Amino acid sequence: MTALSAYIHVPFCAVRCGYCDFNTYTNAELGGGGSQAEYADNAMAEMDLTLAADRAAGYEYVEISTVFFGGGTPTLLPADDLVRMLDHLRSLVPLAPGAEVTTEANPDSVTRASLSRLADGGITRVSIGMQSAVPSVLATLDRTHDPERVPQVVQWAKEAGLQVSLDLIYGTPGETLADVETSVRAALACEVDHLSAYSLIIEGNTAMARQLRRGELEAPDPDDMADKYELVDDLAAAAGLSWYEVSNWARTPEHRSRHNLAYWRGGDWWGIGPGAHRHRDGLRAWNVKHPSRYARMLATGELPVADSEQVAAEDRLVERIMLELRIADGLSVDVVPAERRDMLAIHRDRGHLDPEALTAGRAVLTREGRLLADAVIRDLVP
Amino acid sequence: MPVTPRIAADEALDIQPASTPQERLRNFCIIAHIDHGKSTLADRMLQITGIVEERAMRAQYLDRMDIERERGITVKSQAVRMPWQVDGVDYALNMIDTPGHVDFTYEVSRSLAACEGAILLVDAAQGIEAQTLANLYLAMEHDLTIIPVLNKIDLPGAEPEKYAAEIGQLVGVDPEEVLRVSGKTGVGVPELLDHVVRTLPAPEGQVEAPCRAMIFDSVYDTYRGVVTYVRVVDGFLRSRDRIDMMSTGAHHELLEIGVSSPEPHPTQGIGPGEVGYLITGVKDVRQSKVGDTITTSVRGAEEPLAGYADPKPMVYSGLFPIDGSDYPILRDALDKLKLNDAALVYEPETSTALGFGFRVGFLGLLHLEIVRERLEREFDLDLISTAPSVVYDVVMEDGTEVEVLNPSDFPEGKVHSIAEPVARATILVPSEFIGAVMELCQSKRGNLGGMDYLSEDRVELRYTLPLAEIVFDFFDQLKSKTRGYASLDYDVSGSQTADLVKVDILLQGEPVDAFSAIVHRDKAYSYGVDMSGKLKNLIPRQQFEVPIQAAIGSRIIARENIRAMRKDVLSKCYGGDISRKRKLLEKQKEGKKRMKNIGSVEVPQEAFIAALSSDAAEPSKDEKKKK
Ligand SMILES: Nc1nc2c(ncn2[C@@H]2O[C@H](COP(=O)(O)OP(=O)(O)OP(=O)(O)O)[C@@H](O)[C@H]2O)c(=O)[nH]1
Ligand SMILES: C[S@@+](CC[C@H](N)C(=O)[O-])C[C@H]1O[C@@H](n2cnc3c(N)ncnc32)[C@H](O)[C@@H]1O
Ligand code: SF4
Ligand SMILES: [Mg+2]
Repeated sequence: MTALSAYIHVPFCAVRCGYCDFNTYTNAELGGGGSQAEYADNAMAEMDLTLAADRAAGYEYVEISTVFFGGGTPTLLPADDLVRMLDHLRSLVPLAPGAEVTTEANPDSVTRASLSRLADGGITRVSIGMQSAVPSVLATLDRTHDPERVPQVVQWAKEAGLQVSLDLIYGTPGETLADVETSVRAALACEVDHLSAYSLIIEGNTAMARQLRRGELEAPDPDDMADKYELVDDLAAAAGLSWYEVSNWARTPEHRSRHNLAYWRGGDWWGIGPGAHRHRDGLRAWNVKHPSRYARMLATGELPVADSEQVAAEDRLVERIMLELRIADGLSVDVVPAERRDMLAIHRDRGHLDPEALTAGRAVLTREGRLLADAVIRDLVP
Repeated sequence: MPVTPRIAADEALDIQPASTPQERLRNFCIIAHIDHGKSTLADRMLQITGIVEERAMRAQYLDRMDIERERGITVKSQAVRMPWQVDGVDYALNMIDTPGHVDFTYEVSRSLAACEGAILLVDAAQGIEAQTLANLYLAMEHDLTIIPVLNKIDLPGAEPEKYAAEIGQLVGVDPEEVLRVSGKTGVGVPELLDHVVRTLPAPEGQVEAPCRAMIFDSVYDTYRGVVTYVRVVDGFLRSRDRIDMMSTGAHHELLEIGVSSPEPHPTQGIGPGEVGYLITGVKDVRQSKVGDTITTSVRGAEEPLAGYADPKPMVYSGLFPIDGSDYPILRDALDKLKLNDAALVYEPETSTALGFGFRVGFLGLLHLEIVRERLEREFDLDLISTAPSVVYDVVMEDGTEVEVLNPSDFPEGKVHSIAEPVARATILVPSEFIGAVMELCQSKRGNLGGMDYLSEDRVELRYTLPLAEIVFDFFDQLKSKTRGYASLDYDVSGSQTADLVKVDILLQGEPVDAFSAIVHRDKAYSYGVDMSGKLKNLIPRQQFEVPIQAAIGSRIIARENIRAMRKDVLSKCYGGDISRKRKLLEKQKEGKKRMKNIGSVEVPQEAFIAALSSDAAEPSKDEKKKK
């Protein structure tokens, strides 16, 4: 059968950042078996159930090609817990040779020792939430780490033999173009091979959205966001990193995040942990969000699934266009429904699609097009 | 105010419908300026004549529509039969409560045609207002006997002496002859009814002649079908008769005949001089048309009664369902409302900006608003209306004439002249505001026709003004310049040529039909600047730059630019939550579907709606209550 990926969601953070709406909890002590300390055991129990469910449905995976610990802040758990989970996972389905095993990390939540323990335990890559190098921006984002710590942590990670990626957020209220330049240069100075830069999205149910409504913060301006994106792209390119997805840059194709590419290319993956999403051959399912409820369901031997959907053929096509158009390899024009294909030339003429690639049969976004990716996608889906 | 009725309707056997001699009948309506208390006075009459019980009573009992109750105004006339005894003799009174707002003058004039007399009611704290005059003149045209009455004498601010003099002078009676009542407390109401009986002429129909009954209202009722209100002039209508509509010759069976007291009371028939209702089982009020004469199939009349002219719409506006798939519902809804509203006219209209809808003619802005609100409420529709426009007569160089109900239908080619309707306006105002009113009318292209002092400190100003100027924000401005003291009445009288131009609003060179307007040349520029500025702020940025222009023909008079959108991408790490991403996309696509395409520009309908709903299309609160 096809390759499998695994996403393991660790829903704990030291503090909740004002902009963040991820499924994460700042209280380590959650009732009903959902506490941080019990987390690894719960996750491992879920892995067992997932394997059984797959088998029952006739799916058998030969190996796991990528693993991703995301959050929340996975590194808030003891490194041994992460390693234990990884070991258990590979005991169920073996890891492929050269498998990519990533963990997200906050700069504050790792030490030289923990990083080397992770590397020893089989983690190969760490994605560090740097967000910005400018203290005032970090403060607006409620980030607690000292910007000085990022190069330090990157250095430790490299010494431990880990691949490193840095996450940036641009477009924070009050952030100037110069601030973005400072942050990107600081990230690139760490000589990482992978960079993610996300534009700040202020989701409705966050503390930052409330600040915005109260008028304490100014709403991000889309033109300013576009300027910042272009700046990130210019600086990354100058440093030898090229885009391979709208928000991701890598030094070489080997440095791309294979785990994320698996999402974007419609691979199958397990989603372990509260609120995690999984995908198996058009079946998307997601877990209950609260760790306590998650633990209670597992305790009764039940998969902690909240709901699922069998994605209909047309929606699978929509997903495919939506995901593949955002990556640098682009989308085969054959995938675009016939009645939408005339939009390809229109977007080429508007400067959104690369003319050469299009001639060669692929829809690939130009930089202008990347900034308007959602608009292009809307025009191409059935 | 508990009172014992002098007589109970069912005990008064000598005034049963179809057997009441005409000299025991009195038909009258209550007319007044808006809010002077007609419906409240009617309440007291219902009460003291005993036809509405104490516990069933509620304020403005006859205002039955939700919209009437919410706004506290009467929209439909209501006729009620009430018993009354004077000097030991029983009488049957037929009272019609009428609306006061200028838009519903037509409703008043139909009611007048069913009566021999009218109570002219004047608020004792306000005095004569513009619609007092208008309705009085109307009643006099119908040769009705007028009973002038001061109402609200219980108010601390009432000045009965002053206003009795004012009315006396107007109607031509001694101030002492002006009755004084309070619709609120009931003071003076029994005396008023006595006075009605004593002074109003009884109807004088021909008892032996073939039946002729005038349809003065025709109402569609979900439960009962079409209910037709008639005033029998000659002869009798009996429950077993077959009847003919004289205009069409159509025969109908009478399923029910009766009187309203104020609930329907079926009877054996109705006789000469009486007012009642009948139900024939027709499904469409157009088959039972207001102004038509009903006669009996057997021994029918030869000559119909003089009917009424159909009311002429004064302003037109496009009504469009916000959800295009509601178009058939809107069509059916208009058909249904039309059943109760002879003044409503409409024809299909297609707009690039707004889709399929109807061009609808209205008697005025309140009428527009009420129709729109009823459509939305009673038929669960979401509607948008385009800026109201009057009817223009365009003469082309080659001599062809075109009637333009919709600015976007303005003819192409060389225009020789454009004529617009003008209105005769009557403005009543305290004399201190004469200057302000004149200044305002001047700026609205008005011509002073005359001025009279009603009393030392109150003046009647008569102007001719372009109707288009009146239907926009004239009334609001008049109110605000006179601290609310002015009252306004107008009616259309003829037309005039004027220096009018059609201004188009172009999006990327494509005209947006819903925003074309015919305006005076002096106002074209400000219309163009306002509208293009408004749209600039409402239309979301596109993938390319979009110019918005205002143009007279090919001449651009104003321009704005919507800069191209640069960012439309969600770049956040959603991880494996692909479902959420797809749902977001679906939502965006839904939004896109609801977009209207003007050329290649996608405009959310909300933008058009927002641009249309401000000032011009949405009469302000004040407009709803003309005083
Ligand atoms: N104090 C006092 N208030 C009154 C009297 N009659 C009516 N009102 C008040 O005046 C307002 C208007 O009364 P309506 O009876 O609705 O007036 P109307 O003339 O029927 O109004 P339209 O039908 O809209 O023209 C209401 O608030 C009544 O309560 C009265 O005799 N005394
Ligand atoms: C799953 S999050 C958590 C990683 C880790 N806890 C951290 O904050 O460093 C991964 C990344 O998503 C990005 N992110 C989180 N919330 C975001 C938001 N509201 N808008 C844009 N990017 C966001 C941040 O760059 C963050 O590093
Ligand atoms: S640390 Fe990361 S996951 Fe936790 S709240 Fe902040 S952004 Fe969200
Ligand atoms: Mg009323």
